[in-house]
Amino acid sequence: MLEVKDLHVTVDGSEILKGLNLTVNPGEVHALMGPNGAGKSTLSAVIAGKDGYEVTSGEVLFEGKNLLEMEIEERALAGILLGFQYPVEIPGVKNIYLLKAALNAQRVARGEEEIPAPEFMKLVREQLSFMKMDGSFLQRAVNEGFSGGEKKRNEILQMLVLQPKLAMLDEIDSGLDIDAMKVVAEGINSLRNADRAILMVTHYQRLLEHIVPDRVHVLVDGRIAKSGGKELAHELEARGYEWVLEESAA
Amino acid sequence: MSAAHAFLQRLGERADDEPTWVAARRQAGAARFEALGFPTKRDEAWKYTDVRRIAEGEFTLADDAELDEARFAALGMPLDAHRLVFVDGVFSAALSDLTDLPEGVSVEPLTTAMRTNHEAIGGAIGRLAGVDFSPFTALNVALSEEGAVVRIGQGVVVEKPIYVVFASRANESARMSHPRVLVMAGARSQSTVVEHYAGEAGAANFTNVVSEVMLERGAIVDHYKLQEASSEDLHVASIHVEQGRDSRFTSFNLNLGGALVRTDLVTDLNAQGAETNYNGLFFVQGRQHVDNHTLVNHNAPNTFSNENYKGILNDRARGVFNGKVIVKRDSQQIEAYQNNANLLLSDRAEIDTKPELEIYADDVKCSHGATTGQLDEEAVFALRTRGIDEQMARGLLTLAFAGEVMDQVRLPIIAERVERAVAGKLPERFNLADLVEVSDALEEA
Repeated sequence: MLEVKDLHVTVDGSEILKGLNLTVNPGEVHALMGPNGAGKSTLSAVIAGKDGYEVTSGEVLFEGKNLLEMEIEERALAGILLGFQYPVEIPGVKNIYLLKAALNAQRVARGEEEIPAPEFMKLVREQLSFMKMDGSFLQRAVNEGFSGGEKKRNEILQMLVLQPKLAMLDEIDSGLDIDAMKVVAEGINSLRNADRAILMVTHYQRLLEHIVPDRVHVLVDGRIAKSGGKELAHELEARGYEWVLEESAA
Repeated sequence: MSAAHAFLQRLGERADDEPTWVAARRQAGAARFEALGFPTKRDEAWKYTDVRRIAEGEFTLADDAELDEARFAALGMPLDAHRLVFVDGVFSAALSDLTDLPEGVSVEPLTTAMRTNHEAIGGAIGRLAGVDFSPFTALNVALSEEGAVVRIGQGVVVEKPIYVVFASRANESARMSHPRVLVMAGARSQSTVVEHYAGEAGAANFTNVVSEVMLERGAIVDHYKLQEASSEDLHVASIHVEQGRDSRFTSFNLNLGGALVRTDLVTDLNAQGAETNYNGLFFVQGRQHVDNHTLVNHNAPNTFSNENYKGILNDRARGVFNGKVIVKRDSQQIEAYQNNANLLLSDRAEIDTKPELEIYADDVKCSHGATTGQLDEEAVFALRTRGIDEQMARGLLTLAFAGEVMDQVRLPIIAERVERAVAGKLPERFNLADLVEVSDALEEA
């Protein structure tokens, strides 16, 4: 589904990704871990299409298509959704506007009719209650005045409504208390199915206790230094990143 | 012959059968206007607004109010209201509807009010806005003929809005009108007054209106000025408000149309407990020019003012905001807040904004701020990552910018109308009209 091949990316003139390779297949959940500054967030930013990241070589394919040539919104319409580490507050734009506009953009792109209002409301209300969010969220401006936990829940709510093929979650666990973490993790787990892939960027093993990954990758200095199964996360938790750094230097 | 003198020639064309006191007022206005002349950019209050298009224009006074129902329906709002309609400044009885006015309320054309209630009206009109406020108020006094007079008795709550429509027709030659609006709100009364300036496409007339709103103790007035003239119309307005103890005035100055628009809004808070709220929104495009000058005089202790003006400017449009707050000596325990935020959608649009505070008391809470910027690019990006195309994202954020003011509007029909106008007037590529419909449908569901 997602193929990242020998990706080199510079930000403000310095190289952050230095030949990253990663393949994510449908049905898989991958966790991308690594120390600060390794380039974890850079990868998700490049896949989402954020400005300021220069791809100097390599390619990113999504379902065989060159992702890097697609507009930001085209990537979303193709089925990629990024859950932000720091979701942006958008004063004046109600959540309901955003959800409706986004869902209809997807439907129109697939050549479907726009969703009728009652059907839309039913869908959104179901997902809201699944995320243990109050109905008043819909009339509130996107993320404005939301607590850290509310913002993250809102990101997952958008995923549940939009049902992406590839969900990328950038440090979705940061700023969450234990209860919020459980709700967010349940939301993400409910997205798991044979056709969908999930790529999680995280610092901590904690999240992976709730969402058990198929593959764990350690990103060190702009490339993947080690990959393994879920047990790799436990090892990292116990031993830190030092040994991976030493191994990869050797 | 000076431009001022040329305008005053029109005086001679008018009725000789006016009462002497009216004629005397006209003469005073004419004399003052002739002495002042049209303002120039050398006048501080007109620094950014060039009125040559008015001074050099040739305008005649309209003689008739002909406008059929269909043409009127295209301009007015279907508001369940007590309605008074003027066509190029001339009263139209046919289009007005004053059938079920509640007891204690009178809504009349100025000429009628002058005839039937000379004492009450004659003493009030011009009390807040005489010949000295600006050359345009002097010109209005010299040439005014018609207008709306609203009187609300003590303790009367007027359920329906009082809706005053000033329709500007697409005439063969340009017309001018100098209407007056006088609102006298009795003690503890409650009312909503809507001044609606609507123009047919291609209308190129000059409107020079002066409004006076007087609130007695405990009165509550919501005042709307919705300006939707054509993109050729010239419009100068001043609104003067006087507030008694514990009264509350809320202004909505919503500006969408016009080639050249200048609005002055002045409130005197004369007794404690008086509160005034200024809400302003202007959306201009093409080569439109809009200038808002506001002033709040805190003349008494324990008075409150809150002002929020927002401007959206596109293409080569130009905006001016000048908001002044004066706290008089010994006016303690004052709260005065002011904010002006502007959104520039084009590199060639321009805004000049100037908040001014003059405070001569020490126990006051005052704040003011002015910001001008573009759309938040982080927010544009965030919306696009959800599949919303860039134009739609920008449109959504523009509408959201206006929303902060529109959320305060208490007449849904006006809020919706302005939202649609803003959405519809956004560059076509923003394609937002659909979205407004969607959100309306959702809220109903």
